[in-house]
Amino acid sequence: MSDLATRTRSGPGRLLIAVYAVFALAATARSAVQLGTRFDEAPLPYLLSAFAAVVYVLATACLVRGDRASRTVATVSIVVELVGVLVVGTLSLVDPAAFPEATVWSDYGRGYGFVPAVLPLLGLWWLRVSAGTLGRSAGSR
Amino acid sequence: MNEVLATTLTVLALGAALWALVLVVAGQPVRPDRWHGLGALGVVALLELGLLAQAVGGIVAMIATERRLDALSFVGYLIGPVVIVPLAAFWGLTERTRWGPGVLVIGCLTVPVMILRLRQVWEAHV
Repeated sequence: MSDLATRTRSGPGRLLIAVYAVFALAATARSAVQLGTRFDEAPLPYLLSAFAAVVYVLATACLVRGDRASRTVATVSIVVELVGVLVVGTLSLVDPAAFPEATVWSDYGRGYGFVPAVLPLLGLWWLRVSAGTLGRSAGSR
Repeated sequence: MNEVLATTLTVLALGAALWALVLVVAGQPVRPDRWHGLGALGVVALLELGLLAQAVGGIVAMIATERRLDALSFVGYLIGPVVIVPLAAFWGLTERTRWGPGVLVIGCLTVPVMILRLRQVWEAHV
């Protein structure tokens, strides 16, 4: 079990977690400022920012823990993240008026170099790869 | 806010990121017992010292200035890199593969971004 956890946070996983941690911190700090100082201006985008922050924090923490249960939670939160960036990205292009203030996921994460759109794909890829190595080395699973 | 220090720190952070990137390409972990690892950590330590000075100087400047700043964001962008850089160093040092310096690259690249935002907040005064 600890082997799986070690593998999840080693190698490319180490780098992935670093990027997730940066986004968790950035999204949390940003949404704290938005909610704390000017929530009335644009409630919907600000609530979405806060939701994104929770998703990033959850994914980061679960990838660091890396045990079986944590990986399941990480997978779910990364899928939510992927759906979020696709839905919010599309909505913000179709109906810009509804998103006067940017969220992490607006325009598919353009304000953040499109990293928010690529990150969930890398996350899901890594969860697959790091699980697969066990199957091969242990013979069957 | 100290423009010279901010620019110096931007250059230093980009330099540290480049150094770490070379380690990634060379397939080297961050090794404190080798010159290339020690050098990378030295630049990162210097960067951290500069960031601390910027945080102290920035908060003093914020209190002294007549400008009406978005204080919460300003302090956030002052403290953010001070916290991120040592965490990245720790997280990168404990990985004994080429992905270790990769973490340093990410950590160092957040510094110019936060300094850019710091400038924007400083200049967006009312």
